[in-house]
Amino acid sequence: MDNALRELYQEVILDHSRHPRHYGALEGASHKAEGYNPLCGDRVTVYLKLGENGRVADIRFEGKGCAISQASASMMADMLKGRTRADAEKLMEGFLNLVKGEHVHGLSEDDRETLDVMSGISAFPMRVKCATLAWHTFKNAVEEGAA
Amino acid sequence: MTTQTKIKPAFDVMAARADFPILTRPVHGKPLVYLDSGASAQKPRAVLDAMTEFAKTDYANVHRGVHYLSGAATDAYEAARRTVQKFLGAAHEDEIVFTKGGTEAINLVSYSWLSPRIQPGDEILLSVMEHHSNIVPWNFLRERQGVVLKWVDVRDNGSLDIDALDAAIGPKTRLVAITHMSNVLGTVTPLNEIVARAHAKGVPVLADGCQGAVHETVDVQALDVDFYAFTGHKLYGPTGIGALYAKRAHLKGMRPFNGGGEMIREVSRERISYADPPARFEAGTPPIIESIGLAAALDYMTGFDRNAVAAHEHSLLVYARDQVRQFNWLKVIGDAPGKGAILSFEADGMHAHDLATILDREGVAVRAGHHCAQPLMERFGVASTTRASFALYNRRADVDALIAGLAKARGIFGHG
Repeated sequence: MDNALRELYQEVILDHSRHPRHYGALEGASHKAEGYNPLCGDRVTVYLKLGENGRVADIRFEGKGCAISQASASMMADMLKGRTRADAEKLMEGFLNLVKGEHVHGLSEDDRETLDVMSGISAFPMRVKCATLAWHTFKNAVEEGAA
Repeated sequence: MTTQTKIKPAFDVMAARADFPILTRPVHGKPLVYLDSGASAQKPRAVLDAMTEFAKTDYANVHRGVHYLSGAATDAYEAARRTVQKFLGAAHEDEIVFTKGGTEAINLVSYSWLSPRIQPGDEILLSVMEHHSNIVPWNFLRERQGVVLKWVDVRDNGSLDIDALDAAIGPKTRLVAITHMSNVLGTVTPLNEIVARAHAKGVPVLADGCQGAVHETVDVQALDVDFYAFTGHKLYGPTGIGALYAKRAHLKGMRPFNGGGEMIREVSRERISYADPPARFEAGTPPIIESIGLAAALDYMTGFDRNAVAAHEHSLLVYARDQVRQFNWLKVIGDAPGKGAILSFEADGMHAHDLATILDREGVAVRAGHHCAQPLMERFGVASTTRASFALYNRRADVDALIAGLAKARGIFGHG
């Protein structure tokens, strides 16, 4: 198999797509947004319970689509739970830079390592939108999705 | 022993492949296997050369100047119209309107012909396998004028139920708008029968021929179809040009579409009168160079025995379908008798986009998604499919590459 494909469809990603974490609606969500990519039909709904100062007290998602879009949503939920708003924004910026193949800075080593699993997407420009859908939806939920 | 002699179809795929320069380029280091001609076909040298040659020697704007080149360009543009006329079997050249493509052709009928002729509650009959370009222009009339869109279902194998269609044509039906060949299922609709049934109730028929014109031999007079729309780029021609065939009687009574130069008879400050068809519907400078390319593409296609080409494409379809069926994790969607060379399938446990990405790394270009036919996706309960579409330049080795790529994708997704 070629290396780029191996990077893209590595076991962690396939596992997240088959067994998504934090999957399903969130009772009593304070924020919610739906993301849809009309080109490929990927769908993600992000539910949030935001605490003081926008801390992500709880997060869940529902969705349908390709392995990349669903794995990305699952991994995002995993990472964002418990984060402060400032932290979440930093992670998002880091993620967006990573999948575009740009320089990533200002992240802890742990975060960097976790995100790195998705770095293979940068070799597939046609698929970057699949990976970023969940994160943009999260941002929409925080900014405009108050219940 | 039977003494039946079978004459082999006179089509040499390797010779045809040599006509398409792009087929020699690699993709991701692999030979290109282009199975996305249903979205847009590659261009033979004859088309590319005709356009370049025309631009080099005979180019100017049409229908305007008195100078030599303007005359030469006008002659070439009008000759291209006659080539389209011949290709579709139309009775008159003025029944051919050049458009930007199939989409514009259908929008033209919606705006200029149907819109002024309908009342709220009138019905337009569509099939569930229409491309969005044969849905949205009618939806405009639903939004703006209160017409009702009625949908004819397809059978589970993707074939059209002609009796169901017939039964759905009622006293309020103003138009049957239906594909000649589905871009997802490959289903070829029985146009002559559809037209006969619709006309028996006084209802005109528009056929979306964007796929049908590529794979079927069209004779609009024999079909007696009222409107036939097609696009050039799927017919091995350039982008930016297509055509609408419409019967003279319909065109005559149609209001103008875009306003501008070329489509007027006389303009004063108080009053404007419009040109006769087809000029009335060709406002502005038309796609002149593209018209030359389109004519070259049609000449290229008709240079083959089209039945032999169809037989070649069909043999590829059968070869591919029989192998795809052996993968129990793939489900073929659309198996209507007599269908065209389009193979759509759904993969169990794998999204079409993941599959298409993996195939792409093997140099195999397929289409993945809803194919601009969401009502059909809904009908079959799928979000998206992977589609391989075959053209005259495809060969069995292309199918072999597809099948090998599918097996590889399955392996990557943990079922190797």
